[in-house]
Amino acid sequence: MSYLEYTVKSTPTGLRKILFLNWPLTLLLSSAACVGFLMLYSVAGGSFTPWAEPQMKRFAVGLVLMVAIGMTPIWFWRNLSGFCYGVTVILLIAVDLFGEEGKGAQRWVDLGFMRLQPSELMKITLVMFLAAYYDWLPPEKKSRPLWVLLPITITLLPTALVIQQPDLGTSLLLVMAGGGIMFLAGVHWAYFAAVIASGVGLIVAVFQSRETSWQLLNNYQYRRIDTFIDPSADPLGAGYHITQSKIALGSGGWTGRGFMQGPQSRLNFLPEKHTDFIFTTLAEEFGFVGGISLLAIYLLVIFFCIASALANRDRFSSLLILGIALNFFLFFAVNMAMVMGLIPVVGVPLPLVSYGGSAMLVLMLAFGLVQSAHVHRPR
Amino acid sequence: MKRKNADHEANQSLLSRRALVVGGLQLVLVGALAARMRHLQINEADQFRTLAEENRIKFKLIPPVRGEVFDRNGVQLAQNIPNYQIKMVREDTRDVEAVIARLSKIIELDDETIERAVALIKRSAPFYPVTIAEDVTWEDISRVSVNAPALPGVTPEVGLSRVYPLGSDFAHVLGYVGPVSDYDLKKIDDPDPLLRIPRFQIGKVGVEAKEEIRLRGSAGNKQVEVNAAGREMRELGRREGKPGANIQLTIDSKLQNYLQARLDGESASAVVIDCETGDLVAIGSAPTYDPNLFVSGISTADYRELTDNKFRPLASKAVQGTYPPGSTFKMITAMAALEEGIIGPDDTVRCNGHLEVADRKFHCWKRSGHGSVDLKNSLKRSCDVYYYDLALKVGIEKISAMANVFGLGVRHNVEMSAVARGLTPTKAWKNRVHGKDWVIGDTVNASIGQGYMLASPLQLAVMTARLATGREVTPRLVKSVDGVEQASGAGGPLKVDQNNLKKMRQAMFAVVNDRAGTANKSRITVEDMRMAGKTGTSQVRNISAAERRTGVIQNEDLPWERRDHALFIDFAPADNPKYAVAIIVEHGGGGSTAAAPIARDITLQALYEGPPPLEAYPSKDRGRIRSQQKRLAKMRPMAKAQDADKT
Repeated sequence: MSYLEYTVKSTPTGLRKILFLNWPLTLLLSSAACVGFLMLYSVAGGSFTPWAEPQMKRFAVGLVLMVAIGMTPIWFWRNLSGFCYGVTVILLIAVDLFGEEGKGAQRWVDLGFMRLQPSELMKITLVMFLAAYYDWLPPEKKSRPLWVLLPITITLLPTALVIQQPDLGTSLLLVMAGGGIMFLAGVHWAYFAAVIASGVGLIVAVFQSRETSWQLLNNYQYRRIDTFIDPSADPLGAGYHITQSKIALGSGGWTGRGFMQGPQSRLNFLPEKHTDFIFTTLAEEFGFVGGISLLAIYLLVIFFCIASALANRDRFSSLLILGIALNFFLFFAVNMAMVMGLIPVVGVPLPLVSYGGSAMLVLMLAFGLVQSAHVHRPR
Repeated sequence: MKRKNADHEANQSLLSRRALVVGGLQLVLVGALAARMRHLQINEADQFRTLAEENRIKFKLIPPVRGEVFDRNGVQLAQNIPNYQIKMVREDTRDVEAVIARLSKIIELDDETIERAVALIKRSAPFYPVTIAEDVTWEDISRVSVNAPALPGVTPEVGLSRVYPLGSDFAHVLGYVGPVSDYDLKKIDDPDPLLRIPRFQIGKVGVEAKEEIRLRGSAGNKQVEVNAAGREMRELGRREGKPGANIQLTIDSKLQNYLQARLDGESASAVVIDCETGDLVAIGSAPTYDPNLFVSGISTADYRELTDNKFRPLASKAVQGTYPPGSTFKMITAMAALEEGIIGPDDTVRCNGHLEVADRKFHCWKRSGHGSVDLKNSLKRSCDVYYYDLALKVGIEKISAMANVFGLGVRHNVEMSAVARGLTPTKAWKNRVHGKDWVIGDTVNASIGQGYMLASPLQLAVMTARLATGREVTPRLVKSVDGVEQASGAGGPLKVDQNNLKKMRQAMFAVVNDRAGTANKSRITVEDMRMAGKTGTSQVRNISAAERRTGVIQNEDLPWERRDHALFIDFAPADNPKYAVAIIVEHGGGGSTAAAPIARDITLQALYEGPPPLEAYPSKDRGRIRSQQKRLAKMRPMAKAQDADKT
């Protein structure tokens, strides 16, 4: 639907828009962030430095950013989505060319005031661009091969760039997000069946190719998979993270050992305890109850997003909200599954809880778009 | 673009359906996550809780590598070298006696070692690797490895062991490490879990003990899963510790080596301090011992030999020995009087060999007396009566206070064991400690560094450096820790009249360089290296009136323990002091004959940073010095080895 058809008179204007923000969503996001502050305070041994305090500042900035974006009309963002996508792709190319090395992968580009991870941004701009695409595309064309090929290209171009870095985890998330939007937009299910079938074929190929001349993945990626399959084989090397986090989770029990009482995280046996593996600290200190509570917060975020999307008659807005919700889901589900040893270790932070500026700001930016779509929905 | 409303509705409902499908899928996955969480935290919790709590997972310490010690030029003084050990695990060995018997056929093991090992193995846990033999050779290790099938449970291992390459030269400075004992644990309040490791090596004396915390570093941790018997099954986690800090001393190992060689054969001690920085460039004590003997535990026989030696090789005389400073104290008495304005440098006192105070005769060392003497002459010829006279006018409190200004009666902060405070007596002190009133005779004795007055060679060296520079020089032994330079001991100006100090320096110059000076025989003849100093001879016995009547017995006729201590202090070059030296030869006799020549040799060695040219000595000494230098060079294999390294 075009913005021209909005019933302008019932759409809030000016500062009144603040009252029409999706407040339950805002509160849920804030509570998830508070869990993050608490855990960062705990892993630092009961100190606001070095993690909790900067994280709080960033969240404050993120909140302001979210409200500001939320008060900007949604059509503005829709018209900008192609441009945003283009800029992010250029940034990705820039990172591949002269990004800074971090942990064996080129992921950062230094903007002077902060280090940006364009692959994070890509998750959002891809969703924006695809939502705009399906908003523009006449519905009857959506399952025609040529019009299916185009969004696939839009998805695979950044995916290929991210694989170059190399960052397997994020590239898989991009594919899933892109595929998710296509599915939501109503592309015929047969396409997805075909992709899943060939995906299974690819996995077989990946394993068959190992230690041959046409090996498809890097050795470290194979090792991660090996580790996942049998973490105890190499407890000091590759399987270390998983063994440690399993011990931490297991020792938490029902109610945990209490705030700041987790020996696993306290004794520094958990690497990345403030970033990707922060969930282990939560699970160790607050047990099953704490872990489930965070999971419930996340689930409610998804719920409010889907509710907002279903109530929205604007196609771009619905697709955008659902896409962002899907992204958010992938974020926490992949992180938790990784920590709980369900999938291999991929570098995905726990949204709003893990320490890290780039991921947090991008996420708040995305929820800004969700707010904007909510505020400016056709009434 | 125009679209039909129905089209839109159909589209919208498709989106809603698909959204619900995706949402449902997400719900299912979240459910799976929750189930997994429940499984790990609740169902498997028992297993993991056991792992985490019931000591199935143990935290073991990884001992850090002890920091090494270097001299000021980077010569290694204490190092860690690989030490091949043979260990045995009882539960793998089973028949311990048989295996040890077999082992002793392959490598050489003495009965004492075997006995100790067997006892230790029986006491230890069955899985604990017990060291059977230490410091075995590489050949032995290979022999054991080759015969491994016949030796179940016996494993060759490599550990680190502390070695002092310069051995006895640094025994008193560095001290040594040894296995931690129950006594150590009781004595020091140190919660470091490393100390609970059996036979963990800690510093026992000297720098090794004083800098123990910094040298030790901090332990790493490893997390291991153990079986019910407590045996390590696998390593789960590891956190590296911090190796100990490397410490650089201010000592110059070549000078130290020379000093120890020069003192050899005496029971003596000498300190060389850098006047500008307070750096202790050499601090020696003789006789000495080999600290390497202590590292893995000294044998009883060796230890008894050290403790029974009447020259006390274990004592670090330079810092813990205190002696009456004798005439080397006279500068302090004179400074007290000058500062109080009681005398001027040109005022004279008449010495007729003795001074009568309170019906008691106090003798000058020269029975015939020195006649009329001023400050310079009194010091040069070491007249006692002059100082008796000053002391009576100034009083003991002022003298003791002045001694404190110059670093006597003060415990200097040097990283060695049992640094002595010495004693600068006051009236209150005597009352408190002896319960008696101070008498005037005590003041008279104190004025010439006798009686209650006590100082260590270190304190005398600091006093000399302060006299030479007029600054509050404090001694420094640790130059840097892990490359971080420590605070210099240069100090600010002393709170005394610098003109008075200049007079003292002129008088001390005369002691060595005037023909009538007591140390004139030990002068340096190179013009810009000339030294200024003061001799001292301190009595360790009272000379009785009866003895005086029959004539004082010559030192040489007395048993060693009753002879006088010989002292000498000096600084050089006199016009621009670089080094201050203090030396004491226990029961050596007169300061001018027993101490001054040694002090001169050491001073020259320091000034020339090696053997001095013979021109530095008065011409009639040169022949004797040449043969002495040759003899010392033979005694100093280390110095030669180092010179060879450099070329």
